[in-house]
Amino acid sequence: MCIAIPGKISKIIDENKAEVDFGGVYREVNLDLLGGSSEINVGDHVLVHVGYAISIITEEEARLTAEAFDELLAANEAMDQEAGI
Amino acid sequence: MTKTDPFVKNPVEVQKKLIESIAAYPKPARIMHICGTHERTIAKYGIRSLLPDRIEVLSGPGCPVCVTPDDDIDAAILLAKKGLTVVTFGDMLRVPGTEESLFDARAEGADVRMVYSIDDAVKLAEENPEKEIVFFSIGFETTIPTTAAAVRRGLPSNFSIYTSLKLTPPAINLLVQDINVDAFIAPGHVAVITGTVPYEEFAEKGYPIAVAGFESYDILLGIKMLLDQMEAGTSNVENAYMRAVKTEGNPIAIKMMNDVFDIVDVEWRGLGIIPESGYRLKEKYQENDAAVKFKKIYEDDLNKLREIRSKKKKNCICATILTGKATPADCPMFDKACKPTNPIGPCMVSDEGMCHSWYKYCRD
Repeated sequence: MCIAIPGKISKIIDENKAEVDFGGVYREVNLDLLGGSSEINVGDHVLVHVGYAISIITEEEARLTAEAFDELLAANEAMDQEAGI
Repeated sequence: MTKTDPFVKNPVEVQKKLIESIAAYPKPARIMHICGTHERTIAKYGIRSLLPDRIEVLSGPGCPVCVTPDDDIDAAILLAKKGLTVVTFGDMLRVPGTEESLFDARAEGADVRMVYSIDDAVKLAEENPEKEIVFFSIGFETTIPTTAAAVRRGLPSNFSIYTSLKLTPPAINLLVQDINVDAFIAPGHVAVITGTVPYEEFAEKGYPIAVAGFESYDILLGIKMLLDQMEAGTSNVENAYMRAVKTEGNPIAIKMMNDVFDIVDVEWRGLGIIPESGYRLKEKYQENDAAVKFKKIYEDDLNKLREIRSKKKKNCICATILTGKATPADCPMFDKACKPTNPIGPCMVSDEGMCHSWYKYCRD
């Protein structure tokens, strides 16, 4: 029920709606919870839940997640080296 | 592994390292998640089987369909049987009430429809001005703002809402008094709306918290963060889902909920009435509140159903499963009398119910 699917804004329809590309499937999405279409750009990644965009996924925050995983791998490798594995 | 996040490189390698790191934690740990979508990922990828037995992952009351009490389901069925058009999310149709489900009522001729979004229900009301449309609105903080947004835009006069809306922090508050848990994985998409702030109170009480996303590596990262905190003897709110969750959440959605709803005591299946754990429409929106507008139509019949319900013995242990005190394996009806095609309780109906997930992914 709380599932939310990431998609990419492909077209602004009007002040509170946009078309979102979910990997080739296009759907109309409501933008009220992000402050309307004036706050959105074509190409933005959004999380969509029951027809509403609820969050913009920014490149910066996505990069932070990726970095957290990279750091984890690096930390594990360092530990492995210390342990002589 | 599902289609991975385009931003996460080497997910397989990441998961391998996470599992190794988690397995190195030497002590027992009881970690609870409170999200049906987390349970689905955990069951689907067999995450419990990848962890040492001493690290337990419990499932809490995280499926909104499952925690919707009989009383609300019965009220929605009665509204449909009295000639109103009841519209709701697909999963709600098959949840059994005291005597039948919305789906059964539809088979008997009642007008019951399912929609993907509340906007589809509003459209139905606009296109059918001669019909009275009741939207049976269920859900947690992730879903509630969509109802708030629709109310704020203004609703047609033939459209009303029966609310069965739940807030997650009060349920956690109750759980920590009742069961033995060391740490919590907080629900990622609830936190997209609420932010991480509502979980601070549990960290202050000594429970490590990690907000996690829904890929298998997101959940493993959340578990690792919790174990690291336990090892260090700290309890903080950490964010393992930074690409979607911000500390402050979604302020527009929070404001809309506050504008439209009052916080009230509501009943949860399995947990009873929890103080200040739900929403109902503010008085200024009463003309769109189905529980006010149509109360006289269904009240007497609902009282009769309550009486029947109080005398009826249910063998379903859904209520115990929802509080992490049992698993579907403890239920004598699981995969026997109770299957997704013939669900006895809501945990088998919803795609996010623990019984449904276990039926799909965890049978021998």
